[in-house]
This record gives sequence, structure tokens and C-alpha cells, in this order.
Amino acid sequence: MGKKFTMTLALLLVASMVLTACGGGQSAGGDKQVLNITETGEPPGLDSAVTTDQISFDILNNVTEGLYRVDKNNQPQPAIAKDVEISKDKKTYTFKLRDAKWSDGKPVKAQDFEYAWKRALDPKSKSQYAYILYPIKGAEEYNTDKGDKKDVGVKALDDKTLEVKLNDPIPYFLTLTTFATYRPQREDIVEKHGKEYAQDPDKMVYNGPFVMSEWKHKKSFQLKKNDKYWDKDAVKLDEINANIVKETSTEVNLYNTKKADVINVNGEFVDKYKDSKELVKVPEASNFYFQFNTKEKVFSNEKIRKAFSLAIERKTITEKVTKDGVPAQGIVPITLDVNGKNYREQAGNMIEEDEEKAKKLLEEGLEELDMDKMPSIELLGYDRENAKKTQEYMKERLKNVLGVNVEIKIVPFKQKLDLENAGDFQLSFAGWGADYNDPMTFLELWVTGNPYNRGDWSNKEYDKLIKKSQTNADYEERAKDLIKAEKIAMDEAALAPLYDRQRLKLQKPYVKGIARHPFGADNTYKWAYIEGK
Amino acid sequence: MGRFVLKRLIYMVITLWLIATITFFLMHNLPGSPLQNEEKLPPELKEIILKEYGLDKPLPVQYVNYLGNLITGDLGNSYKYDGRKVTDMIMDGFSASATLGVQAISFGVVVGLILGCVAALRRGTWIDSGATVLSVLGVSIPSFVLGALLSYYVGVELQWLPPALWEGWEYTILPSLALSFLVIAQIARYVRTEMLEVLGQDYIKTAKAKGLGRPAVIIRHALRNALIPAITIMAPLTVALLTGTLVIEQIFAIPGMGYMFVDSIQTNDFTAIMGVTMFYSFLLVVSIFIVDILYGIIDPRIRLTGAKE
Repeated sequence: MGKKFTMTLALLLVASMVLTACGGGQSAGGDKQVLNITETGEPPGLDSAVTTDQISFDILNNVTEGLYRVDKNNQPQPAIAKDVEISKDKKTYTFKLRDAKWSDGKPVKAQDFEYAWKRALDPKSKSQYAYILYPIKGAEEYNTDKGDKKDVGVKALDDKTLEVKLNDPIPYFLTLTTFATYRPQREDIVEKHGKEYAQDPDKMVYNGPFVMSEWKHKKSFQLKKNDKYWDKDAVKLDEINANIVKETSTEVNLYNTKKADVINVNGEFVDKYKDSKELVKVPEASNFYFQFNTKEKVFSNEKIRKAFSLAIERKTITEKVTKDGVPAQGIVPITLDVNGKNYREQAGNMIEEDEEKAKKLLEEGLEELDMDKMPSIELLGYDRENAKKTQEYMKERLKNVLGVNVEIKIVPFKQKLDLENAGDFQLSFAGWGADYNDPMTFLELWVTGNPYNRGDWSNKEYDKLIKKSQTNADYEERAKDLIKAEKIAMDEAALAPLYDRQRLKLQKPYVKGIARHPFGADNTYKWAYIEGK
Repeated sequence: MGRFVLKRLIYMVITLWLIATITFFLMHNLPGSPLQNEEKLPPELKEIILKEYGLDKPLPVQYVNYLGNLITGDLGNSYKYDGRKVTDMIMDGFSASATLGVQAISFGVVVGLILGCVAALRRGTWIDSGATVLSVLGVSIPSFVLGALLSYYVGVELQWLPPALWEGWEYTILPSLALSFLVIAQIARYVRTEMLEVLGQDYIKTAKAKGLGRPAVIIRHALRNALIPAITIMAPLTVALLTGTLVIEQIFAIPGMGYMFVDSIQTNDFTAIMGVTMFYSFLLVVSIFIVDILYGIIDPRIRLTGAKE
């Protein structure tokens, strides 16, 4: 037995020595700029016209490029477009394209954009993000089988000129053109590979700062600098290696053994790295909130809804419970801009927390409803880690402050959506992420009759303001109207915002210049580099 | 024997058909649809996409279509992974899972057999107690605890072996070891118990009496009979290990099949759910079939009674 154990140990030692020898060979590449990262899953699909998920968005953001690209400050900057001319009514955009090339050497043409956008809108493509193109004239009609392809308002006037006609003037259209669904595609390549398009690195072409050089499904992928990229001098990294690692503790092990330079962590690891400079918090344009079902008797009462919102201590959630966010200041997350300026700075903090007032309002509300006692409430939640924690905390908190009994009903996420859509809930724990950089991506949800207005809250003034803002070409006035609308919804407690989420990362000090974004794709590696490793 | 095999084959097909049918209807009772961006997808667009996928047709029609494809061996395309063939996805993951499984089983069976035999032959000594303790630990410590410990201590602290990833043979050692522990424990336990029983049988005395050497008695007579229960548990164990264990794969970031089971169900990826279920069932049914044949080889009595039934 003892002998065997020594033998095993010896074997392990030998194996590890062989390993170290191999490892030495890899790092001897000199001063090549290499970044090692982890991704939390296999990219579901790199066909930019149909993909819907964060991992694919992230890769596509670095291997392809649209008319515009968001910079470090999340502002849209000309990319494949050289500049743009916007008509007086702000409904026609004429983009002039620069001399950019695809990775196979062919020029990027205006026709590539027209083709890709119309392809995304073709119902046969089954694109589940096609609605992001709906601001374009005729897009929704074509996508929902009510209109014709030729009526879609995107047209290549020549190889270098793209004309886009919109339904309404919107201040965030240039940011939309940075989104994956708005990327160009090559008709010849898509046709050639058919169903297998973009399923392997050699079944697509690239026009971004990097190309995908290797993709071992479920295991890893590699990006390499794109020599044909129009702005290749700005790109410093030679290589990005990504391993697919689903378990956070495994990512941490890889980080600590220097096999990864940047990793994702969750709230559980925050305490351990709290004082470390390596912990990076990236604010996201997504939030979590309580949705009241106003069809339920108790929540038809504004005072009771308000009491619930007043009773919550949001700081406790973000500092002690989930540890991956900041307290909400309203419906619209802190990161979003309106008309080029931060929205929340203009709108201010609209959240009030006050235990005493909460108790008083609850009593008054019950009186108005002619009820002696608050009945037990069912909170519809779902089974993801942070959601579960927040739900538990809320149950405690509402019991302690308001004396309300809350029963938590935890169901799988998809079932929760079904129940919410059917209006079959009292109170639900919900979240929403921005589709584009404008408060409208949140505020339009609570308009009467909107399918996402699951709590059926309704206010005529609110509806009017949002409707007006959807077509208002006076962007200054529009911003003010949106603030007014949000104030109405908050005053009536249409929902109780809880917190804005943050992504947490660990990043080695020698990694510099990664641009991170709260909406759209998560990262841009175009300007990233390694220094002092 | 021929009739026996034929009969088992027919049972296998019926079993697979039943599994396909039950899974199909259960799966369609899952809440939600296989679409990815369901949370945000406008209802009107959702309906159109479901129609494009043929998911608006009545269930029985979908069922017949599915069975038709299944018979031709077409498992369809994934909903989540942008139309990739389910067969390709299974094969992508299966190679890693199978490598891991084969290593864990081979190592586990060899060590388990030796441990079980030695414990039985040296009954009551410290070797026996040691083996028993090891078996109890092996059965009761979940492989993911062992995996996490190995990854941390051997991989991060000692840095003898990589803590995770899947780049070469050295990357397979720790996860295989973590998985093999259960195999060692199970095999050792069954073999020890059976060996003790067999060693007390008359025919062992006969074998000894006719002058056979100790190794011959143990290997040809005792071990052969003691193996039957061990083989019974080997079938499901092998299939479970070959098709991947979710947690070990997650801890060591192995591109195996384990995650596909969970992921496909969580995202309602209908074709992938059916694909992995049928693949798993097929392996299981085949391995049970092999075990039945093995029984016959090891113990002819089983084959005879099997054929008479």
C-alpha cells in the first residue's frame, strides 16, 4: 500500500515535470501580445442576423463591424461608415462608407448592409432579434408577413452609399447601428454555406479588428488580429484565446494559475477580492424590480404599492445579498444616456425609502380598500441564484417592516414568463436589459396595452408622454417628457425598482485598455494591450 | 442463444420507442417554447417564428414527423445553437466524456477488483478494514467534492497538474481520478462480499481438493462467480460515466456531454433534449443487452433459464 502510494506520487511528479517543460515552450513566443480570457458557454451562433445571446454578441463585436462602433465612453463613432448625413426631419440617414475590406480581401459594400438587414427581417430567417430593426420603415411589416421586402427602408444607392429611412425620428439610431443585427453580411458567403453559415471559423468572413482563427466547439476559440481591417494600426493584440468555463470557481483556479488573464466572477467572490485592484465592476444597463399586478385587489391600490417600495432597503440587497449591483434610482438604470447625456443625472434619484411612511401608507391603503388586514401575498420568483437570494431577503424584509406574509413561488424561468404573460401572479420578481442606449427601451414597457406591461398598470398622461416621445424630433423636449413620464410611474409605484446589475470581473494588472459596455456587446478588445507582464 | 438474442433485440426496440414517445410528450409539456429571446420577443413575431419551425402544428403531427426522422437516424437541428446538427453536438461532447469515462472505469475496475479480492482473502486484517473504509468513503463522498479538492490542491496549490481545461492527456488525470473513486468503491464492495460468499462454497473446496493451485482457484472459480453482481452495476455505471457527469465536467471545464443534458432542458431545445435522451437510452439498452450476454458466458445457468422463458 505504502509502496503504491509512493509510486503514484512519483508518477504525478514526473507528469508534472513533463508538463512544466511543455508550458515553457508556449510562453517563449517573445513579445507577442496575447490575451487569455474565459467565456461562460459555447457561443450559440455567430450569424449576426439571427443571434440573440451575449457571448455571440461579444465575439461578433470583435470580429465584425457595423456602420458605427461604440467607443470606451459608449458613444457611437464612425466605423465602416465614414460619416453620415441626417435629413432635416431626422428620418433619413445617408451613410458614406469608407474603403474597408473583408478578411478575404473583397471590399465592404453598402449592398452588404442592405442584404444583411433584409435577411434578418425575412420571416424565413427566424431571427429572434429582428425587432431591433423595427425603427426602419417597412421593417416590422415585412418581418410579420404584412409587408413586402422591397418596401423596407434600407437601400444601397451605390457601393459606398447606404440610405436608411426611419418611421420616426429617434435620437439613438446611430447607437443602434453598432448592434449585431445591424452588421453587414456577404450574400455570396451566406449562400455558399447555407445552413452551416458561421458554424465554423472558415464558414464566414470578417471585417472587424480580429478574425476567428479557431473554434473548438464547447471547448475554446481563438481570435487573431485581422490584417485586412481598415484601422489595423489601432489594434495591438495579436491573439485572444478564450476557454469555455462554466463554473466560476474553476475560472478562479485558472486565474490563480495564470491560465487566464480576465475572468468572470459572481457575488460570492466579491468579499474575497473586495480590496483587490484586480476586481473590476462593470455597470450594466439592466435592472431588477418588483412588478405589481394591478389587477389584484391589494395592488390596485396605489398606497399599498408605494408602501412595498418604501419598505425596501436597496443598499442591503446590493451590499449584503447579491453583491453584484447598485441600488436603483428609478426605472431607468444609471448607465443609460438620453440625447448624448447621462439620463439619471438629469432625472435624479426617484427612489424613496422610509419605513414609517411605508407602515402608514399600508394602513391607509387597507382602509381605502375596506380591508382590516393585509392578506398573505404570493411572490412569483424563479430559480437562479441571485434571484433566489433577493426573493428570500424580500420575504424577511416585508414581514419585518410591514408585517406582510409573503409566500415565495419559485418556478423555472420560462414558466415564470408564461405565468406573467397570462397575468397569473400577484407580485413578481422581474428584470429587464436595455436593447439600446435610451430610456425608451425601459419606459415604453409600461404603456397601456404593451405586451410587456404584465402588471397592467395604466396612466393616460404616461401613455401620452411616451407616445409623443416616440415620434418627437425635438430631442431636448423629448428628454424632458421622458423624465416626466418616469416620475409619474414612480409616483404611482407602477413597479418597485430594486437594483441595477453589475458584471464582476477579475483582471490581471498587466491587462489594459479593454472597453466595456453596459448595453449591446460586453467587450471591445480593439484597443486592448498587455503591458508589464 | 440465437432466439434469446433476437428476443432481447425486439425488446430493445420497443423500449427505445416507448422512451422516445414518453419523452416527446413530456417535453412538449414544459413551460415556454424553444425560442431563445422569449423574454423580449414581440408576441406577433414569436408566432411567426414558431410557425416557421412547424411548432404550430398539432402535437400528434409533430410526433409522427419526429418518429419518421428518428427512424432514418436524423436527430434534427438544435434550436439554441443556431441550427447545428444535434448529432454533431452529441459527438463533439461524447469524445471527451467517453475518454474520461473509459479511463475512470478501467482504472476503477482494476483497482476495485484488486482491492475487493485482497480484502476478501485477507479478511479481518488491516487491509480489509482499510478497503472497507475506502469503499464507504468512495460511495459517500460525491465525486464533485473530490473533484473540487483535487483541482484546488493538486492543481492550484501544488501545481502538479492543470486545475482544469482539456488540452492533452495530463489534463485528463485529475477528473478521471475523481470519477474513478466511485467505481473503485462500488466494485471493491461487491467483489469483497461475493468473494467471501463464494469462497465458502463446496465447489471451491472441490477445486482445492483436486489439487488446483491457489491462483487458479481464485481466478477461475471464485472471481468468475463473484463478478456477476459487479457486472450488473457496471452497465448503468459505464453509461453514466461515458455520457459525462455534469459536475465533474463543469469543475474541470471539460467539453463533454454532461452540460448538454441540463442546458437542453433549461432552454427547451426540443431536438437536443430528444437527441441526448435517445442517445443515452440507446447506450443504456445496448449495455444492458451486453451484460445479459456476459451473464450467459460467465454463468451458463442464466442463459438456459433465459432461453426457456
